This record gives sequence, C-alpha cells and structure tokens, in this order.
Amino acid sequence: MMCDECGSAKAVIHLTQIVNDEMKTVHLCEKCAAAKGLETEGGTENFPLSDFLAQMGEQESTAVPDVVRKDACSFCQLTFAEFRESGRLGCPHCYASFEPHLRGLLRRIHGSTQHVGKVYLPPDPTQTELERRLQVLRRKLRRAVEKEDFERAAEIRDQIRAMEPAGGGD
Amino acid sequence: MDDLSTIADFGLGWLDASGDHSEIVLSTRVRLARNLQGHAFGARARLNDRKAVLGKMHEIVPRVSGLRETTIRDLPKMEPRTRRILLERRLVSRDLVGENGDGPQTGTAVVLSHRDPVSLMVNEEDHLRLQTLLSGLRLQEGWGLLDQLDEELGRELSYAYHHEFGFLTSCPTNVGTGLRASVLVHLPALVLTKEIGKVLQGLSQVGLTFRGLYGEGSEVVGNFFQLSNQTTLGKSEEDLVDHLDKIVRQVIQYELQARQVLLRDAAGVTEDKIWRAYGLLRHARSLSFEELMNLLSGVRLGASLKLLPGLRVYSLNKVMIFTQPAHLEEAAGRELPPSECDAHRAAYVRRILSTEGVLSPEVDPSEDDSPEDRAG
Ligand SMILES: [Zn+2]
Ligand SMILES: [Zn+2]
Repeated sequence: MMCDECGSAKAVIHLTQIVNDEMKTVHLCEKCAAAKGLETEGGTENFPLSDFLAQMGEQESTAVPDVVRKDACSFCQLTFAEFRESGRLGCPHCYASFEPHLRGLLRRIHGSTQHVGKVYLPPDPTQTELERRLQVLRRKLRRAVEKEDFERAAEIRDQIRAMEPAGGGD
Repeated sequence: MDDLSTIADFGLGWLDASGDHSEIVLSTRVRLARNLQGHAFGARARLNDRKAVLGKMHEIVPRVSGLRETTIRDLPKMEPRTRRILLERRLVSRDLVGENGDGPQTGTAVVLSHRDPVSLMVNEEDHLRLQTLLSGLRLQEGWGLLDQLDEELGRELSYAYHHEFGFLTSCPTNVGTGLRASVLVHLPALVLTKEIGKVLQGLSQVGLTFRGLYGEGSEVVGNFFQLSNQTTLGKSEEDLVDHLDKIVRQVIQYELQARQVLLRDAAGVTEDKIWRAYGLLRHARSLSFEELMNLLSGVRLGASLKLLPGLRVYSLNKVMIFTQPAHLEEAAGRELPPSECDAHRAAYVRRILSTEGVLSPEVDPSEDDSPEDRAG
C-alpha cells in the first residue's frame, strides 16, 4: 500500500479519522507521518535525533573545526562525523571522546546533562560515589514511605543496609 | 515450534485485562537500557564483543535470584516462526529478531522468565534491554520490578556508567536513566470527536511522546496509542514514571469525557458504528489485520460502553495477538500466504465471537423501536 500523501513511498502508518461522520483511514509513509507529527514504533523508541543533529550541523559547522570532525574515539574508532550520520555512538568511551560536543547535544535533547537517577557503584567506589548513592536511595525510601508502598520501602532499606560498612555477615 | 509453554503465562499475562483502567489501558511497559564496559555498542559491536556479552550473561544469569526461573534463548537457533511469535507478543524487538534484514545477528538472545513478567534482550542496540510488560496501568509496579532486577544485575556486571551522564547507551536519547516507560491506550472517542490532535499536541509540551501499536509494519492502528517519556536524563526514574502516570490518568479522563459526549450527542451514529463493526467481525470471511484492528476498535468501545454486553475485554485483547500472521500459522501448522491468512483470521474471529457468549442481535434492546424486521 502506498502513502496517501506523497504516493511514492510505502505506507507504514494507518490512522483512522472521522471526517464528516465517515470513518476514514489515512495511509502514510514514515516521512509524511513524521511531518504530521505521527511516528512509527522504530522511530520514536529512539525518537527523532536527526533534527537535533541537523540543527547541530547548521549551528556548529563553523564551531566544530575539521580536526574534531575527523577525531575518532580511541577505543572504537568511530568518528564524530560518523556519529552525526548514524545518530548512534560506538562504545561507552565515545562519551568521553566527544564529551564537549555531546554535552550541548544532550542539553538540547533532554534539557539537562546531569543524571539524577540511580547511582551505579563501580566495583571500587570512591567516597563521593558512595555518598551520592546513599543520598539517592534515601530519597527513594522517603518516596516509597510517602506512597505507603511498604514492600518497596523494605527493598530499598535492604539496599541501604547493604552499603553500610561491613560487620554484618554477608 | 520451540516450546514456549514454560514462559510465565506464555508471555501473555499482559493481555489479561487486569490492572487499573484496563478497558482503556491495554498494557504498561517499562524498559531499561544497560551496557557493559569495554565492549562496543550493538551496531558497532564485533563478533567477539557480542559473544563476550552473551557469554557473560550465560555465566551470571544462574546467580541472579530475580532470573532464577528463566531460560536464555539464542535467537539464531530459534525457529523463524517462534521468533515472530515472540515479536507479536511484544517480548522481543524487531531489531533483535532482525526482521528488517537477514535474521538475527550472532549473539542475540532473549532471557524469558517462567515466573515473572520480565524479559531481557541481549545484544540489541544496547547490550542489555530489561523489560517488563504488565496488563493495565501499573507503572510504579513495573518500575519496581525492573529496579530490583537491575540492582542484582549491576552487582554481577560492570555497567558502562558516567558520573555526569549516568548509564551510557548507544543512542544519546536513552542516556541517563536508560528508562523508557510506555502505556498502550485505546482512545477511540477522542479520535471520533476529533479531540485527539489537541491531546497529542499537549503531550509533547509536557515531555511525552506517542506512537502507534506495533502491527505488521509497526503502524498506528485501531486507535491505539503508546504514550511514553521523551527524555531520560536530568530526572529521576521515579519522577519520569510518576509524571507519565499522572498524564496518562488525565488522558483517560479526556477519553471518558469524550465517550460521554458521543453518547449524548451522537448516540445513534455511535451505536450504529459499533454494531456494524460487530456484525462485520461476526460474519466476515476475510479480514486483513488492519481492517480487523479498526473494527475491533469499535467493538472494544462498544464493550466498554456496555453496548455490547457479554463481550470481555480480555477476549478482544486475545484476538489482537492471535490473529497476527505467525500466530495464525502456528495454529494452522503451516505457512499461510496472505490471502489464506486473511481467511484464517476471519475464521478465528468468528469462532471467538460465537463462543464468547455475546448476545445475538435479537436481544438488542434498541430493536424494540425498529420500524420493521425481516421476519414479517
Ligand atoms: Zn508519503
Ligand atoms: Zn567509541
């Protein structure tokens, strides 16, 4: 089935609408659907990055020197230009490799660059990491208690207890 | 096909129409994206990265109590139809099964639980995708389940984590919490009253996004919309989940109001549409999936407005899953070309509707004032 709007691409979105009391189904290709603000599953699971990347291209074509565009991640060798093309980073190290440029992108996508959710503890955590994690766990505990979700509160209490200095048998 | 009978509720617990607002909310899904240190992400991962990630999972899964009663199933070893069935049941993604290319890549696997509504995809776009799928509106419960599992996994694995950016993911739109929560809602009255555009527009202003129900192509069908959080960084998981929950409850209220408007201002037209949809489903000899979904939308509306008494939402949910191609082929025991598929689909629907104890049109109370009937 072809797209009702442009007639040149395969329709992937079928939206039922009521027009003058008639139930009508509109068939749209991915592009035309996106133009109307509708998106397919594959599309939004990872939501339109291309706009941001295109914007970035306009704004930063002067700001990002050629040297940076050709810069590659030292771990996976992905270049910044390749990232811009695919919208996917190559490995965890890419975040460090492209940090200054990513920070602007993340702010545009999420409105923030600072993670405030769960704190993951590496095998050899620093004191700061331990404190941040405790802080987040206590916040979660408060919330669970406020909601009278006591099962959840008990789970979180266990997580807090597990962080207290060894002494109890493990 | 490979045996799926050991999976909790055959992976179909999310259909059972339990949970809050199950007439409007079909299901709640929460997923977390996680990656392991020292390996390239999905698209850039080499064979040894993929094998190492899968090997690690084989090693640790038996030690994780939240995954004690699970099986790791390698996608490449699965029969193609089994993979499609898992896809149709929403337990794996299109990406994982390689629907768009040449089948699943080496190292792709899914961990399915015999006990809990959780599953785990291995070597998808991210190394791990933890997900839970529940019936009705149960966001906090879903997040709680995943949080617990994630805690355990995090003790066994070295996650890729950054002090500022949080959990690192292949796509920067998932970074931070790696959390995507989505709720599948049926909004026929908002579509019929043309209010849906406003509602959907409003969503983007409050940081939410929407898409259609997966279908044969992942199209928007049958007035089902999946609402989910758009951002993943800068808010805690609890805030993301609570915010979505709050907005979904608002959307449900709008839908309920729109249903009242329909009954008040267009009762005749609405009732006619619902009965026509029911009549077609009850008697059609051939149905495409898309046509079915659109008719089912009307019937579902009729069932929840009590215009079609005796029809259970659960049965309608079941029809949506069991009339997809791989499920029909499984029931037929062979491959079905599209035309036969449509005939099998119609037959399945007729069978369900005839055994579901729905009243026959003769019992329709509104028939009292019909001008004439063919009986004469
Ligand atoms: Zn088009
Ligand atoms: Zn890299």
